[in-house]
Amino acid sequence: MNQASTSPRGIQAIAPERRLGGSMHTALVRRRKAAERRFRAYGAGALILSLGFLVLLFTNIIGTGASAFRQAYVRLDVDFAAAELSPDGRRDPETLAAANYPGLVKAAVRAMFPEVTSRGEQRDLQELVSSGAAFQLRDQVLADPSVIGTRASVWVPASALLDGLLKGSYDRSAPEAERRINDRQIAWADRLAADHRLELRFNRILFTNGDSREPEQAGILGAVMGSLFTMLVTLALSFPIGVAAAIYLEEFAPRNRWTDLIEVNINNLAAVPSIVYGLLGLAVFINFLGLPRSAPLVGGLVLTLMTLPVIIIASRAALTSVPPSIREAALGMGASRMQTVLHHVLPLALPGMLTGAIIGMARALGETAPLLMIGMVAFIVDVPGSLTAPATALPVQIYLWADSPERAFVERTSAAIIVLLAFMVLMNLLAVILRRRFERRW
Amino acid sequence: MNKPLLALAVTASLAAAAVVQAQSARDYISVVGSSTVYPFTTVVAEQFGKSTKFKTPKIESTGTGGGFKLFCAGVGPEHPDVSNASRAIKTSEIESCAKNGVTDIVEVKIGYDGIVFANAKGAPWVKLTRAQIYLALAKTVPDPKDPTKLVANPYQNWSQIDAGLPNAKIEVLGPPPTSGTRDAFVELVMDHGCETFPAIKALKDGDPKQFKAVCQTMREDGSFIEAGENDNLIVQKLVANKSAFGIFGYSFMEENLDKVQGSIVEGHSPTFEEIAAGKYPIARPLFFYVKKAHVGVIPGLKEFVNEFVSEKSFGTDGYLADKGLIPLPDAERKSVTAAARELKTIGSK
Repeated sequence: MNQASTSPRGIQAIAPERRLGGSMHTALVRRRKAAERRFRAYGAGALILSLGFLVLLFTNIIGTGASAFRQAYVRLDVDFAAAELSPDGRRDPETLAAANYPGLVKAAVRAMFPEVTSRGEQRDLQELVSSGAAFQLRDQVLADPSVIGTRASVWVPASALLDGLLKGSYDRSAPEAERRINDRQIAWADRLAADHRLELRFNRILFTNGDSREPEQAGILGAVMGSLFTMLVTLALSFPIGVAAAIYLEEFAPRNRWTDLIEVNINNLAAVPSIVYGLLGLAVFINFLGLPRSAPLVGGLVLTLMTLPVIIIASRAALTSVPPSIREAALGMGASRMQTVLHHVLPLALPGMLTGAIIGMARALGETAPLLMIGMVAFIVDVPGSLTAPATALPVQIYLWADSPERAFVERTSAAIIVLLAFMVLMNLLAVILRRRFERRW
Repeated sequence: MNKPLLALAVTASLAAAAVVQAQSARDYISVVGSSTVYPFTTVVAEQFGKSTKFKTPKIESTGTGGGFKLFCAGVGPEHPDVSNASRAIKTSEIESCAKNGVTDIVEVKIGYDGIVFANAKGAPWVKLTRAQIYLALAKTVPDPKDPTKLVANPYQNWSQIDAGLPNAKIEVLGPPPTSGTRDAFVELVMDHGCETFPAIKALKDGDPKQFKAVCQTMREDGSFIEAGENDNLIVQKLVANKSAFGIFGYSFMEENLDKVQGSIVEGHSPTFEEIAAGKYPIARPLFFYVKKAHVGVIPGLKEFVNEFVSEKSFGTDGYLADKGLIPLPDAERKSVTAAARELKTIGSK
């Protein structure tokens, strides 16, 4: 038997206050527990702080943006007089498209307030209805020429001025000179409301129109389509290229100085500021290859360059997380290396790769800086219909609206941000679902 | 692995198709240039697109200088047709245009833009002169004790410049040097203000470089704050800080009359009437330039110019006036309209 291990000397050497339950020991335990509590409090504090900022951001944006989803409409009794629309009796689309629709709107507005006669007052009165009303009537007539010769009640969008009054953007008690809307216009608006000719409805225009300089006519469809086309190009290029690069580097490439160099470069590229990719895109795709400016195709190519390193890094991480035993088993069963990768490793790594790709795409969706250089920061009214049509993207639209002088664009800017955030949340949700659905455990 | 490869092949062929398509003609007008003219051109473009059979022009806000760079790069559908400018084209720019084959340029003056020196409603409404603004904002100013000597700006409060001004710290938010508004402000206010001091005026002939440095260098001690290109942001900051002043375009003040007030400069306040009459001193002309070689090549270019110079657009009651553009006087507007309709180029008389 070993003397030392059974001897009571070991216990005696510890002073009583240092022993388990001794005064010094309990003090030490108390200190350690306090440190532990503090440490956890720091963590919780950091979490609360960041959640607080998030809540602040959301309440601010939703608070200002929510009202943009509703828009004031005015009910007009429009006289689609045949004499006005097709004086010579012809009803072909060309004649009908060229008719004086602003005149129809003006006549209908005048008819509601017959007592308004002076030219200045007339001008103020016509300011209440959106200039888009005429185009709405034109589209209505073109879609159904049988309305010609009838009178109809039509809800048309009110101007941003009237819309703003209804939503409380203008202080009625302020002196007349200090607000955009004058006393006469407020009185007319109140009469319209009393006659049930004015109400707030869902703002369909926001989702069906392209950009416009009239806030009540401006929509995000053009920007959404532009973003969609851009993202299509980015996904179609960056995912296959990124995955192929990752597979080669991870499964086939020899480990030497060259692959080390490539790896370092890929990691560095992931941290390059995005504007640099824009400059590169301008030099290569537009000036050298002669691709059109402002096209989603070029935007997609530039964003591909930006997203590639992110996807490669995520894909490599996903490949490394597949246990080597799976590769060894496949190889041991006589599979070739390509079969091993395609049949066994890739399916297991795919959820991780998809997550990386979606997060990379979400980042690309929020980019404006590289698009600035290739002409996608532009005023574009027509909704793009192809990869080469001029287009902007959602974050660019937000930037352009934030810079507009008209006050009604403030709420629309926030509304566009809400839509962009919704897309981001959806994409991240998709990443989570894909991961859950295909995740395998070993 | 087949699917990604397929996708790759599809996109590659798409890209090839796009290159082919890009080389054929463009069917919409491409406009670049000044961010000050942008809000006006966009309105014309929208009206034009909605009321004619042509596509809506595409307008990029690149700044005046950046616009000319793109505009002068060459003739052909891959280069823009129109460039907006918040100043007249420079001789150097005409030369660089000519070097790339862009020779026939049509200049169209569309109106004026006022620059306001404003503070928040509720703060004292001040009357200033350009000399006082210069004293408040320049890095070096004449020594208050000995006006022949130049010293680093000693003024901390407005009341130190003139007893009639409020006893408040000098704090001015203005545009960065990349902005056309800054160029115009420097030229119209700083240069003009510093010439009122005989000691500096003497420099103008003797040492023009020094003169420029003295007049145009803004102070860097925190009294002049570069607030970025977003004028809405300056308005918001003024509301939050009652003692600060901001420098921005007239159209932003017009939209925010309940929040800010434009200071009276040399007896004239920045109102539509005073700027249009040419009395308010801080106003600059706005232009756009058209590449004549593209007329007849890009569909609708001539019609777009005609729409821009029509009375319903840039006239006194036109829709551009509603957006804050100060129209040209009647006679000048008529001659501009006539010249633009004929597409009279620079240099031809």
